[in-house]
Amino acid sequence: MPRYLVRRTAILLVSLVLAAVVLFVLLRLLPGDPVNALLPVGATPEQIEAARRELGTDVSLPVQFLRWLGDAFTLDLGRSLISTLPVGPEIAGRLPVTVPVTLAAFLLAVVIAVPVGALAAIRADRWYGPIINAVAQLGIAVPAFWIGVLLVTVFALRLQVLPAGGFPPDGWSQPGPAIEAIILPVVTVALVMSASLIRYVRAATLGVLGADYLRTARALGESSASAMWRHGLRNASVPVIAVLAVELATTFLGAVVVESVFALPGLGSLLVTGIRQHDYPVIQGVMLVSTAAVLLVGFLGDIAQRLIDPRLLQRGTS
Amino acid sequence: MKRLLMAAAAFGLAGVLAACGGGDSGSASGGGASATIQVGSVYEPQNLDNTAGGGQGVTEALNGNVYEGLFKLTDTGTVEPLLAQEQKVSDDGLTYTFTLRPGVKFHSGKALTSADVKASIERVTAENSKSARKSNLEVVQTITTPDASTVVVKLKQRSISFVYNLSYVWVVNAEAKDLTTTEDGTGPYRLGEWKRGSTLSLTKFDGYWGTAAKNAGVVFHYYSDATALNNALLTNAVDVVTSEQSPDALAQFDNNSAYKVNNGKSTTKLLLAFNDKVAPFNKVEVRQAVSSAIDDKKLLTSIWGDYGTPIGSMVPPSDPWYEDLTSVNAYDPAIAKQKLAAAGLPNGFTFTLDTPNYDPHPTAATFIKSELAKVGITVNINTITADEWYTKVYQKRDFQATMQEHVNDRDVVWYGDPGFYWGYSNPQVTAEINQAEQAKTTDEQTALLKKANRTIAEEAASDWLYLYPQIVVASSKLSGYPVNGLNAQFFAYDIVKN
Repeated sequence: MPRYLVRRTAILLVSLVLAAVVLFVLLRLLPGDPVNALLPVGATPEQIEAARRELGTDVSLPVQFLRWLGDAFTLDLGRSLISTLPVGPEIAGRLPVTVPVTLAAFLLAVVIAVPVGALAAIRADRWYGPIINAVAQLGIAVPAFWIGVLLVTVFALRLQVLPAGGFPPDGWSQPGPAIEAIILPVVTVALVMSASLIRYVRAATLGVLGADYLRTARALGESSASAMWRHGLRNASVPVIAVLAVELATTFLGAVVVESVFALPGLGSLLVTGIRQHDYPVIQGVMLVSTAAVLLVGFLGDIAQRLIDPRLLQRGTS
Repeated sequence: MKRLLMAAAAFGLAGVLAACGGGDSGSASGGGASATIQVGSVYEPQNLDNTAGGGQGVTEALNGNVYEGLFKLTDTGTVEPLLAQEQKVSDDGLTYTFTLRPGVKFHSGKALTSADVKASIERVTAENSKSARKSNLEVVQTITTPDASTVVVKLKQRSISFVYNLSYVWVVNAEAKDLTTTEDGTGPYRLGEWKRGSTLSLTKFDGYWGTAAKNAGVVFHYYSDATALNNALLTNAVDVVTSEQSPDALAQFDNNSAYKVNNGKSTTKLLLAFNDKVAPFNKVEVRQAVSSAIDDKKLLTSIWGDYGTPIGSMVPPSDPWYEDLTSVNAYDPAIAKQKLAAAGLPNGFTFTLDTPNYDPHPTAATFIKSELAKVGITVNINTITADEWYTKVYQKRDFQATMQEHVNDRDVVWYGDPGFYWGYSNPQVTAEINQAEQAKTTDEQTALLKKANRTIAEEAASDWLYLYPQIVVASSKLSGYPVNGLNAQFFAYDIVKN
């Protein structure tokens, strides 16, 4: 295990640096100039030149990159070109919205998907097996923002039991309104996520249902439910956990999209504004933080898999 | 895994409980002077400094509310003294002497002095200033402060718009350090808190020199999505929307007694801007032909229904030199064909229309394409981003024709600058516009600009498709809010909620 940990950590760090390079280069390939967001129509050529000098976009790209990467390792993500505020605290200020929405949506999706998916597999022969499958298929096809708009129409505009959007200015120090504000976004993302998760869980469960060890357990006198619980679940969870790490990343993306439907001041809205204004430090900062989060989740997922199924460890490193 | 499931189940339960107790999270403030007004807008400031690229949002939230100028541009378009109590202009029109209103205090407690005014004007003209008014104030030669309440400004040449331009200059405390995230103005409100991406709150300033605000404060709520903004109004999360961006949402407010839809005067014009320097639009007849071939009224109705105003020139009705020129190059396809023939293009021609990719430009471009096809002109619509527009069209002038909304009042003067992106160049118009700026009286200025504008319209320097409506939708419990929102200003101090 320790050897695996060291190797996996090295992979994590190298991926991060590679991601940073790709991010930086891709952004600079986009047409456009942050100066455009800062200056009004009617700006003189002198104003344009002065603004460029001020933004520091006049030094060469490799120099800009090394500066940025060096600073990023000391957790300094630079300053926004547009608002002139430091990017780090800006991102930190958005996390209390995006992180709870992502985690809650993810947990809710798991809560929905695991029993429903397992049921769809175990009871594939009953009438509701195929129906669950079809609904899940439909759920994958529907975009998250559409579900969001639908939920707003029903619960905020018609029934008026939940806010249509926004987040209390005082944040989580007003827990009531804060929870109300994220319920619809959480449900929106969770519904979409659970649709694809159901299909993974169903496939994984179907995989173990026919397994020899399950039949052996039954032959040794265990009930079908107990055999499934003691042996099936653990084995079925290995491929599901691998997928969960990826799904968590997708949930984050879903939260980012849904934030604009619900006017939530999270990372997503920060990113969208940043992109619109060519605010490179903001885009890079948000992307780097979210890439790091996704890579870290993948890392933890791999470790978790090996804790659950030590066979993987032997296969991987010995 | 089991623990994970339990945690998730617990959260789900919490969510359901909260849902049952929900519904009371809207604007909870009471009415009258203790009320806080909840304002919804799509224009979040980029930062809080209007000389550092704060954008339209900073004008909306802070102009007149937190910051004041020597003069103010009212919601009806007139210029009135604000922090200047008295002004004297020398006979040659080159020396302005302003006496400051006594007893004015900044929010930090410091008293207003002439040094602050000098520093404030210099912030706009500074080398790194990103102010839209920088070029207008380059006419300033020197600013002196003979005593604490007197400011003397000497100009390089006469500038009749000088006082008007001063209404855009915020008077800030010269000692203030960081104006991009904090403020130190003299207005009826001070900045409460700015939660980036979400809200900006203003609270009543108790030490205000003038009539106190009629409400306890204002919270601007920012939305990137217009539907989310309208939903907020429908669920009482906001009391007023500063500017509706699309007519689609108006139906739900129009026939609802809980809301009032205000049709104000805007200064935003939608332009089909030709590149007057390149063929075929360097020929006056071609531009006139295109103008006559497009039914502006039909376009306006198809986009805005009953809202908005047809316009025949760059000058909106709120400018002092407005005159109705809708009959100039009016819709008449037969005349359009004659003009094309006169220009030597009886069989029409083909051009590329650089169209910004956001509403209403793509819709309008499609309409223009179908109208022009009827007179034999083929339009290739080239969709571009706002950013590409700025680089390709505005900076490089690499275009044949484009579409753009021009938001400011009094901006017909751009046609006097042959270096502007549309490249309109008529020495007589340039001379008239320059003379107008150096006029001795506003009557003289108005007469000259009317004359120039008539020529610009007759020569179809651009095709002015229509004037946008300015639509403020508010709860019917609200009164005293500005309805014209001239140049994106939104004075909040007279708003009362019953």
